Amino acid sequence: MKGPNFSDYEALYKGYDWQKEKSNLSGLPGGKGLNIAYEAVDRHADGDLKNTTALRFIRKSGEHVDYTYAGLKAETGKFANVLKKLKVKEGDRVFSLLGRVPPLYIASLGSLKYKAVFCPLFSVFGPEPVFQRLSKGDVRILITTTDAYEKKVKGLLGRLPSLQYVLLTDTDRDLDEFALSYPKLMEEASEEFSIPTTDPEDPALLHFTSGTTGMPKGALHVHQAVVIHYSTGKYVLDFKKGDIFWCTADPGWVTGTSYGIISPLVNGVTSIVDEEEFDGMRWYSILEKEKVNIWYTAPTAIRRLMRMTIVPKESFDLSHLRLVLSVGEPLHAGAVIWGEKAFGVPVLDNWWQTETGGIMISNYRSMKVKPGSMGRPLPGVHAAIADIGENHFKVLDQPGKEGHLVLKKGIPSLFREYIHQEERYQKSFHGDWYITGDLARIDSDGYFWFVGRADDIIKTSGHMVGPFEVESTLMKHPAVAEAAVIGKPEPSIGELVKAFVVLKEGYQAEKDLERELIGFARKTMGPAVAPKELSFIDSLPKTKSGKILRRLLKARELGLPEGDLSTLEKN
Amino acid sequence: MNQEELKNTVFQLLKNIAPETEPSQLMPDESIREALNIDSYDALQFIVALCEKLDIDIPEEDYGKTRSLKSLLEYLSSKVG
Repeated sequence: MKGPNFSDYEALYKGYDWQKEKSNLSGLPGGKGLNIAYEAVDRHADGDLKNTTALRFIRKSGEHVDYTYAGLKAETGKFANVLKKLKVKEGDRVFSLLGRVPPLYIASLGSLKYKAVFCPLFSVFGPEPVFQRLSKGDVRILITTTDAYEKKVKGLLGRLPSLQYVLLTDTDRDLDEFALSYPKLMEEASEEFSIPTTDPEDPALLHFTSGTTGMPKGALHVHQAVVIHYSTGKYVLDFKKGDIFWCTADPGWVTGTSYGIISPLVNGVTSIVDEEEFDGMRWYSILEKEKVNIWYTAPTAIRRLMRMTIVPKESFDLSHLRLVLSVGEPLHAGAVIWGEKAFGVPVLDNWWQTETGGIMISNYRSMKVKPGSMGRPLPGVHAAIADIGENHFKVLDQPGKEGHLVLKKGIPSLFREYIHQEERYQKSFHGDWYITGDLARIDSDGYFWFVGRADDIIKTSGHMVGPFEVESTLMKHPAVAEAAVIGKPEPSIGELVKAFVVLKEGYQAEKDLERELIGFARKTMGPAVAPKELSFIDSLPKTKSGKILRRLLKARELGLPEGDLSTLEKN
Repeated sequence: MNQEELKNTVFQLLKNIAPETEPSQLMPDESIREALNIDSYDALQFIVALCEKLDIDIPEEDYGKTRSLKSLLEYLSSKVG
């Protein structure tokens, strides 16, 4: 087995310098700046890797569709020219609402070439989350399927004044002057496209994430994030020439973009994309048939694989597998140890979030794994634990102390704004420190351990769900007077979305109504966000100032101590 | 349990998971998950409910055989006997 890309974590961390790392990238020819798509595609297409497979799509049928780096350069050049034809301006936002199909990957990289800002949406979202994001993100162009357009977008058009065109991936004919055929536009477009001057601080990618209060926040990232896409590929994912890599995440979430699209391409390896959803046997056969070397997946999937009775490395030839990594929520020690037996290599956990744009804290091949720990900061990343109160902020030096996980500014991929929410953005920082919203501790060896969230955000199947977004939707149902939503611990997906509903007068708390409300939420928001459980309650516990005490609802649901109730309004 | 009863059980359990859908309108070969907008957690709950209702064991290894209504009913028939 090939050795790791570095052997001494301490030495690498100590002497690390972002500027030096940046010099490993090519930069646009003629000193015209730094563009993610150039680093990911064009520089390889114009060099030794031109005939190497960049992306291999496995269709639901099992059939392959391959793109070489040269082929990807041509396709993404065409898409950039499509945007030009449609008179899109630099900085305009191009959204996708697609599954893991080639047009999503081509549109994302083509948009980056053109210097439009790309924002991928999870295709399973229902109309309401789609609207919230398209609207807040000032969508200019949306690329989607005819079915998703008809079912989820058409009804929103009156409320989306910035939307100029919808591109449909599965029709050869324009529906009208507004909904155009993507294949037709691509067929007519030239492959030749010269990437304009790109300042490393020019906006590139927009990812939405959930907050406790208010609707989703759009975290904006810049082209310079590519330094992290490159460095994490080298140090964490351990990419080497000729590697086959598979990231199972959907680009609708940040992992699926940073590591399902960009990082493997920047590092010049071959990336596998499976169009199908989770299926344990299919996944193992992909690892075997495609001779996957590095596999990046999530605890939810690992827990499902752990339910299977087979011993993977006995039933499948997994001899090519060098590294298995996991992200999305903490990977329990039991899963790390299971992975070692199942694959012959440990499962390396890492931590990051939408706002950080790339992996920040990780376990590494060359560093001793402490099962259950998220590992140690990426070289160049300064992470710490802080005690934060109303009027104080103090970095804790003592090992073992729990507190807020904070990161020092200066990380190339750290978000640059929450669009249209400057105040919220400013509130995420204290001086030079970015406050992540996660609680953690550091042990005496410098390893970080996840403790929990500092707020009410729900982490389900590795995705963040904001309680307010779900509550607002439930309140739109005529029977609902009030709603509160919590994350209820669930072994396979971390937490499930559970809703508590106070009914309006005249409505009875019956099973049929419970099902109707769940159905209503599923139809409006989609299954990734809608509550999986719903209970009726006479009244919601609130503070004297009227804020819902979700923490108390959760404690009651789980039979835990109710804690400090001094702010509770007595009914 | 005959084929019709089996089918009705499947529809009823799917309706519990996705109350806003009409499982009886599923086409035999389409993906149940896609047609009813069921995520991986819902799919797991459905299989667990099926196992309880029919008193059978469906190992995770076989979940790929439950993709469409047709393949699911064939699989269940072989299990229920």
